[in-house]
Amino acid sequence: MPLFSFVIRRLLQMIPTVIFILIVTFVLVRMLPGDPASAMLGDRARDADVNRINHELGLDRPLIVQFFYFAERIATGDLGNSIGLKVSVLSLIMDRLPVTLMLTALSAVIALALAVPLAFVAAFKREKLADSVIRGTFQVGLSMPVFYVGIILLTVFAAQLKLFPVGGYGTTLPDKLYHLFLPALTLALSFSAVLMRNLRASIINVMNAEYVDFATAKGLKSRVILLRHILRNALISTVTLFGLQIGTLFGGAVITETVFAVPGAGRLLIDSIYGRDYPVLQGLTISLAILVSLTFLLTDIIQAWLDPRIAR
Amino acid sequence: MISLATTTRTVLRGRKLPRSLIGGGLILVISLVMAIWPTLFAPYDPNLFDYNALLAPPSWDHPFGTDSFGRDVLSRVIHAYTIDMQIAIFATVGPFVIGTLVGAFIGYVGGFWEALFGRLVDATVTFPFLVLVIAIVSVLGPGLGNMYVAVGIVGWVFYARLVASEIKVQKRLDYADAGRVMGYTPMRIVFRHLLPNAITPAIVYWMTDMALAILLGSSLGYLGLGAQPPAAEWGVQIADGKNFMNTAWWISVFPGVAIVLTGLGFSLAGDGVAELLRVRR
Repeated sequence: MPLFSFVIRRLLQMIPTVIFILIVTFVLVRMLPGDPASAMLGDRARDADVNRINHELGLDRPLIVQFFYFAERIATGDLGNSIGLKVSVLSLIMDRLPVTLMLTALSAVIALALAVPLAFVAAFKREKLADSVIRGTFQVGLSMPVFYVGIILLTVFAAQLKLFPVGGYGTTLPDKLYHLFLPALTLALSFSAVLMRNLRASIINVMNAEYVDFATAKGLKSRVILLRHILRNALISTVTLFGLQIGTLFGGAVITETVFAVPGAGRLLIDSIYGRDYPVLQGLTISLAILVSLTFLLTDIIQAWLDPRIAR
Repeated sequence: MISLATTTRTVLRGRKLPRSLIGGGLILVISLVMAIWPTLFAPYDPNLFDYNALLAPPSWDHPFGTDSFGRDVLSRVIHAYTIDMQIAIFATVGPFVIGTLVGAFIGYVGGFWEALFGRLVDATVTFPFLVLVIAIVSVLGPGLGNMYVAVGIVGWVFYARLVASEIKVQKRLDYADAGRVMGYTPMRIVFRHLLPNAITPAIVYWMTDMALAILLGSSLGYLGLGAQPPAAEWGVQIADGKNFMNTAWWISVFPGVAIVLTGLGFSLAGDGVAELLRVRR
């Protein structure tokens, strides 16, 4: 079972990565200016109260001791309590992260729906007008900052045309999807540009492969060749790209959620920075980084499954 | 760098410049001129309040309209070139230089350092770039200087990875062995001989990275973590105008157009450079 041992090997490789993630996050959060006790108590805090809270939070211990406490607590799933919101960080993240995951998933679907057909047109009409127009449009999309696209879509489709809500999040699933559509479209526009570029190049590559000529020579219908031979093989490199881009997508979600007032993990991150809510900032950074490294693991496994030579 | 210039000249001889390089280069030259001498182009002081022309729509007096303080949007867009072009260069030069040096070292030495670096790369790419930069900026405090530091802490890794993998290929080639046989120092081999042949991907990436730096800088400006108001910076301007989108769209829309144009300039130039240098291989 080469695939099985490959998965085990990849899982072991994740250990140093996770340790590194913990160290970076710990160092970052300890370097934050202003201590959380003063943030909790406000400007008129007495020294005694500040010291008491610092002691309760363990902030008066040596750094190295704090780190081991920190690593131990993280390992048991305890991310501490939010300073501002007075609830456990884990429950906050569990509450907010699904919103962000839904947003990124929806935007990935939209991005694929935009990129796949247009990449085909661009590849088949290579160096013709249609190709130039498609590539030019996506190039412009790639140069647009996410927050700018968001503000424009929000103004045109929500405020002016009133086709979509101006922000927030729904209660039922269809309602949630409806609320998330514009933010997801915002994220998808730049993401689809990256996907389109890559897909177009790999379709052109695959089109010239001998097995496509062979399929044509066999007299297969062009639709079958297109879907089963060209698209399937062209998508392999897109899977890799997808995994590599997941971090960028999370970064984009931070900004999109801020623009559209979506109560997701990205909004929470920005709020935690303004509110100096260390435990939340720390918990979020760790969860997002671990989520990304899990995605890498998953895409590696999918690749190894698609192309067994990789697992060896 | 001298031999790089020579090879570039050899490549150029008798070849047409790619159209994307000409177009992108033109945009960038104009952008740079505006960044260096904004007062030549801007009709007004970018921070001058005109209470008689609050939220005025585009007109002959104010081609891009005015914002909620009566400041001329065109003048602010032009003056913002100074900050945003500075972001494009300052946020990328440090990572480029440090990454190239570290990458050359790691690629040439290999072994333990390479393995250690590999783990570092693995860990760095798992942090969403924007999240990590936002976190570092929030630690150091908002502002452009700290943004450069934050981008530098993360960004050099990508250059180092590119250069290291190229050096690894180059050091196995005959001319590197020839250098060793001639008794050249490793320093001389790496910097005079290997690096000029290994740096192309890093230079191409640098162009794209400058476009990304402008997107990042304006995003941080928008979030209040980059350039600080009242500085004229495109992201800050878009944030200034976002609450007036329904009544005074021009405050946010024009700075956005400037971002797109400049970004387009960098990516076209990047494509052009890539096309130009690919011929060599």
